[in-house]
Amino acid sequence: MDFTLRKEHEMARALFKEFAEKEVKPLAQEVDETEVFPRGTVEKMAKNGFLGIPVPKEYGGQGCDPLTYVMCVEELSKVCGTTGVIVSAHTSLCCDPIMTFGTEEQKQKYLVPLAKGEKLGAFGLTEPGAGTDAQGQQTKAVLDGNEYVINGSKIFITNGKEADVYVIFAVTGMIEKRGRMMKEISAFIVEKGMPGFSFGTKEKKMGIRGSSTYELIFTDCRVPQENMLGKPGQGFKIAMHTLDGGRIGIAAQALGIAEGALDRTIAYTKERKQFGKSIAAQQNTQFQLADMATKVQAAQLLVYKAAMAKANQKEYGFEAAQAKLYAAETAMEVTTKAVQLHGGYGYTREYDVERMMRDAKITEIYEGTSEVQKMVISAALLK
Amino acid sequence: MKVVVCIKQVPDTKGGVKFNPDGTLDRAAMMTIMNPDDKAGLEAALRLKDQYGAEVTVLTMGLPKAEDVLREAMAMGADKGVLVTDRVLGGADTWATSQTLAGALRNMEYDLIITGRQAIDGDTAQVGPQISEHLDIPVISYAQNLKIEGDSVIVERQFDDRYHVLKAKMPCLITALAELNEPRYMTPGGIFDACKAEITVWGRADLKDVDDSNLGLKGSPTQIAKASDKVRKGAGEKVNLDPTESVDYIVGKLKEKHVI
Repeated sequence: MDFTLRKEHEMARALFKEFAEKEVKPLAQEVDETEVFPRGTVEKMAKNGFLGIPVPKEYGGQGCDPLTYVMCVEELSKVCGTTGVIVSAHTSLCCDPIMTFGTEEQKQKYLVPLAKGEKLGAFGLTEPGAGTDAQGQQTKAVLDGNEYVINGSKIFITNGKEADVYVIFAVTGMIEKRGRMMKEISAFIVEKGMPGFSFGTKEKKMGIRGSSTYELIFTDCRVPQENMLGKPGQGFKIAMHTLDGGRIGIAAQALGIAEGALDRTIAYTKERKQFGKSIAAQQNTQFQLADMATKVQAAQLLVYKAAMAKANQKEYGFEAAQAKLYAAETAMEVTTKAVQLHGGYGYTREYDVERMMRDAKITEIYEGTSEVQKMVISAALLK
Repeated sequence: MKVVVCIKQVPDTKGGVKFNPDGTLDRAAMMTIMNPDDKAGLEAALRLKDQYGAEVTVLTMGLPKAEDVLREAMAMGADKGVLVTDRVLGGADTWATSQTLAGALRNMEYDLIITGRQAIDGDTAQVGPQISEHLDIPVISYAQNLKIEGDSVIVERQFDDRYHVLKAKMPCLITALAELNEPRYMTPGGIFDACKAEITVWGRADLKDVDDSNLGLKGSPTQIAKASDKVRKGAGEKVNLDPTESVDYIVGKLKEKHVI
């Protein structure tokens, strides 16, 4: 087994790193402070092809593999967790399901402008009563003529108000499964501006504060029948498949945040002097850094392995769950240690590690909590 | 319209500089980047591609690993890459380098040749104008802006406190300044294509109308007597004084050192 990256991956990493350092890092603190969506950065990323990395060229994308996409989210997140999740939600949660389950017409109409970055994507599954329990959906879609009429709301939607295209889920009926009546969930592609589609409140969050997290409200929202993604009743399958891929993106975000915090801590501990020597000369610091770096490396291997499993078109749900669980927990642990090693300065907003610790927490929660990842992993072990 | 851009892989000064015993740079041991002036020249060529559909070929001379800089240029949008590499070409000064590149260019079709003003590892600014002499075509150096008009190119040439507007009929050669533009990034898809693309590799035998006496270390009139890394400066002296006292202090120091 050879762990060296191929030439194209090395070059892609250099590209993402240069872009992140020049275009994203200088704005990271301001984006966090002001909670303003970094529209200018998104436009630059669109221009450079970052919003369609794993999408085939015939659909306006870059024709690269999932590992390249993962590296993009990783490098962006090293300097700004907000920017990382914008790309992840757009690519994994909106482009991917349309690419996988969309008709040719849907791909031409929606995937092409999404992959080119002309439009931004989002995904709406979560509801006030349906988080981990996706079956708890209340949003309903009823066929009326050749349109579905959608009523209900979705919460905590990343890229919420800034997106143009949304993959959303709604109950389209009841079906009997193993003697029990279950909700039949279907997926739809909804465009901003469709009648009856509006936005609720913006969430005030602990971290990733520049990402636009909104409630989506559907009041007699009329969506053409041809905008159903997949077949009626396929929604749950589409949601689960999409989240498997999304978890690799969030794992990459978590990995990037951890790497960013480690880099800054190494630099800081070499500079910071106490008792006449740098704190990096203290064995406690050295051991902490060794633990942090080892976990970051392990997280990277899990994330890349999951990305390669997706690239090789193998089943990757198990790998994605392990990668997300471990990378998210590593991000939280490493950023917490980073703040500790920065001492009082680390608790101030002048230092990036303070923001990184707040950004890290969400990676243990969204796109499946750490507990859900453990359910997925253990279910595969015990089946 | 065909444009050839000569680019050079130069040491990334962030990674430190290393020398061979003969005083030439140990290029194999250093981190490298695309020379900044050349990158601006490439960007200018790519804008001609965007605007007029020009075909852009990048040409470099160097070690086999200089292929990397060609792939980077292709990932930015260049159509073809040509690498001239041969042991007998090693240790070339500006004369031997320009002879080599001219020998390669004689095999190529071009309306416009763009080079960087100068490379950050040599800072001579000689290779571009020398190539134009070897090929007997006009040269406009220090371009800070350029546009195409019919079969001519109109260039703003930087000159101290002003610039000159010059027009030359193509084929001609232009040397570009880093200030010419802000080079674009590679694209992820461009990287994947560039890594699959075939690079044309030429050796000594492929160079046209060049005499051996003009190539490599032996063909280089410039001999390096001694080379060293930049001399480390002392820590200096820091004083905190109000502006009037500062002026007196500085003037006093300059007098003390017999500068004034």
